[in-house]
Amino acid sequence: MAAKTLTINGQQVTAEEGATVLQVARDAKINIPTLCHLDGMKDVGACRLCIVEVVGTPKLLPACTTVIAEGMEIKTESDRLRKYRKMTLELLFAERNHVCAVCVANGHCELQTLAYEQGVDHVRYDYLFPKWGVDTTHERFGMDHNRCILCSRCVRACVEIEGAATKSIAGRGAKSKIISDLNEPWGEADSCTSCGKCVQSCPTGALFNKGSTVAEMEHDRSHLDYVVTAREKKLWVTHA
Amino acid sequence: MQLDELKAIAEKKKASAKKVCLRTCLSAGCISSQSDVLHKNLATEVKAAGLENDVEVRRVGCMGFCGQGPLVGVDHKEGKEELFEFVKPDDAKAIVSHLKGGACDVQKGDPQHPFFAKQVKIVRANGGIVDPENIEDYLAIGGYQALHHALTEMNSESIIDTITKSGLRGRGGAGFPSGIKWGTVAKSPGAKKYVVCNGDEGDPGAFMDRSVLESDPHLVLEGMAIAAHAVGADQGFLYVRAEYPLAISRLQIAIKQAKALGLLGSGIFETPFNFNVDIRIGAGAFVCGEETALLASIEGERGMPRPRPPFPAVKGLWGCPTLLNNVETFANISAIINKGADWYASFGTEKSKGTKVFALTGKIKNNGLIEVPMGIPLRQIVEEMGGGAPDGHSVKSVQTGGPSGGCIPAEHLDTPVDYESLGKLGSIMGSGGMVVMDDTTNMVEIAKFYMEFCMDESCGKCIPCRAGTVQMFHLLEKITQRKATKRDLDKLEELCDMVKNTSLCGLGQTAPNPIQSTLRFFRSEYEALLQPDATGAPVGANGTAKAH
Ligand SMILES: Cc1cc2nc3c(=O)[nH]c(=O)nc-3n(C[C@H](O)[C@H](O)[C@H](O)COP(=O)(O)O)c2cc1C
Ligand code: SF4
Ligand code: SF4
Ligand code: FES
Repeated sequence: MAAKTLTINGQQVTAEEGATVLQVARDAKINIPTLCHLDGMKDVGACRLCIVEVVGTPKLLPACTTVIAEGMEIKTESDRLRKYRKMTLELLFAERNHVCAVCVANGHCELQTLAYEQGVDHVRYDYLFPKWGVDTTHERFGMDHNRCILCSRCVRACVEIEGAATKSIAGRGAKSKIISDLNEPWGEADSCTSCGKCVQSCPTGALFNKGSTVAEMEHDRSHLDYVVTAREKKLWVTHA
Repeated sequence: MQLDELKAIAEKKKASAKKVCLRTCLSAGCISSQSDVLHKNLATEVKAAGLENDVEVRRVGCMGFCGQGPLVGVDHKEGKEELFEFVKPDDAKAIVSHLKGGACDVQKGDPQHPFFAKQVKIVRANGGIVDPENIEDYLAIGGYQALHHALTEMNSESIIDTITKSGLRGRGGAGFPSGIKWGTVAKSPGAKKYVVCNGDEGDPGAFMDRSVLESDPHLVLEGMAIAAHAVGADQGFLYVRAEYPLAISRLQIAIKQAKALGLLGSGIFETPFNFNVDIRIGAGAFVCGEETALLASIEGERGMPRPRPPFPAVKGLWGCPTLLNNVETFANISAIINKGADWYASFGTEKSKGTKVFALTGKIKNNGLIEVPMGIPLRQIVEEMGGGAPDGHSVKSVQTGGPSGGCIPAEHLDTPVDYESLGKLGSIMGSGGMVVMDDTTNMVEIAKFYMEFCMDESCGKCIPCRAGTVQMFHLLEKITQRKATKRDLDKLEELCDMVKNTSLCGLGQTAPNPIQSTLRFFRSEYEALLQPDATGAPVGANGTAKAH
């Protein structure tokens, strides 16, 4: 594959054709905030936190789905980007119930970490506090819809890595909801293999191991990484 | 099927024309006022009067003047044309006796009314004239001859060249040059390619595409077939929203009839060209009109947009190059092939060629569908064709482009209707919705209406649109309830900017337009509703707190 040369924040980088801006930036140790991205899964460009400026392009582009081109000049930080990212996080905090102090993922939450990182010290929008339920019908895992940010990482982990396709999204807009099978209680979803990959992929406290209490839920991404890497490198193929 | 056979069918049909043709609109609008019963009654009365050999009772599609419906058109062989309006099923007898010279008190319309006289019909040329369920009617006016010409006399390059030169731009909203899009699909490597027609038409108040599909389905099929030949596709999909059952059934009939005559299917006109069209029915989501969501929906996935690039022209259905155009775009094709690029480009302005169909609705005397040359001043549409606002009111604003568009204030009515001029005023051409508002309209309520629509129709994938539209709607509610302060208005404007610039697809990117455009021209209406905030800081741009 041909190599492409480009600049990110003025720093010259070289990367393989077909790589995304996010991959290239991370290889160059340049931080771009992300929420819906998770290594090893298809990118969907949904959270819009990874937006960057590209010289010559009037639109802001998501780093996770934008493929690099020769000579691209990318800016990952600017007043405008910082402002939009902060607003995006504020909108999330106002959308559902994200009271960190009483959350299983307190201290281990990507949303919380990003809010600190991006300097979200207060939320200027009205808290909507919709009343979503908690599904505790599964014997090992639970799902608190009030903590869900609809990043669809669990949906992708379930179909792309586990191949079960138990999780999907029902409804639309703010009324979107992660469901199991055809909107069954999770414990009754026949397709669920109880692998827990969705739980490990969740950035917030929405998906958790049963029995975890406040601040105890740490997601273990290595679990996912292991499977994806093994598959990419064909570690399970027996060569006769 | 060969050209001479095609022409023979057309000639036979023309030769069988009777002295008088009674055309009844059987489009969804008039049917809702029982024009189907009227149509049956007319047939019964003609028979009872012994006029079967002289009078044809024809089912037709939309004649355009929907606000006056049900409509019955009467064509006399010697050229005289009559129009009856608000016809009730019981009026059938009177109309038939009128044909024999008897008295008739059914309201007569004027076929020369400016509403009709100022129209230039390309897309709607056959609407209200041909029977949409009878392919012979379409053949009689020269139907499918453009396809024959394209297949036998033209190649991919020359067709795309013609479309490019015609200046045709996509009628689905964004106005992307069609020739460039066709060329991209043709050039994209791939053994399998698709042609998709977007008939999802979700804008509130818009019914142009429904009318075309219900009135003249073969015109769209022929356009799609020509496109397929040009880009190298052999399979087409027509995506129609489920709310259009009549359009769907007429398309099914049309596809069946075209197949039976060898005008669709394999070896069309005995050339190696194969083209099949299947219908896919939407499930009631506005966002499925967005091209990538529409393609996902056809694939059987949840109808959610994805980031572009890759554009469908390069990677569309099942990863194959896919040409996606709007119904009206396809409906222009056969005329361009028949009459040439120069002819087409002679209508319209420098950058906006041809005609555009609009659904003229709202606070206006003459409601209905019109097709006008691009560049016509908005005033001519609203005042001359539409007759202005009813009941002694005055026109305050004209909304174009639906939830993605904006409101053009009365002082700008002299604006020519073309892509660039509407864009300069902060609105868009859109797909053809044109809602007239009179002096009783509250513009903040209008903005709230469209924001509620976008909030309900947001697919929920990306945060700015999903959560941003909810907050914008709440802020507008707060303003209309007189509970908001200047700070809330500032917050609203900031959100407009953010949602526009960060949303994933066109729905979110354009959702703030109705707010921004009403703020641009009717800001004082917002400010009049604001309250002083806790600091007692003054409301409004001029620094004076408004008393209530
Ligand atoms: C939210 C949204 C809804 C849309 N709805 C429609 C629609 O109902 N019909 C349509 O033709 N295009 C619609 N479009 C535009 C399509 O994405 C696409 O641009 C168009 O169908 C391309 O055809 P054209 O080039 O012939 O205009 C919509 C776009 C967005 C963002
Ligand atoms: S449950 Fe977790 S992983 Fe799934 S969509 Fe919600 S926040 Fe994302
Ligand atoms: S802008 Fe709205 S409709 Fe489009 S992808 Fe985002 S949430 Fe869905
Ligand atoms: S990480 Fe790119 S949009 Fe979410």
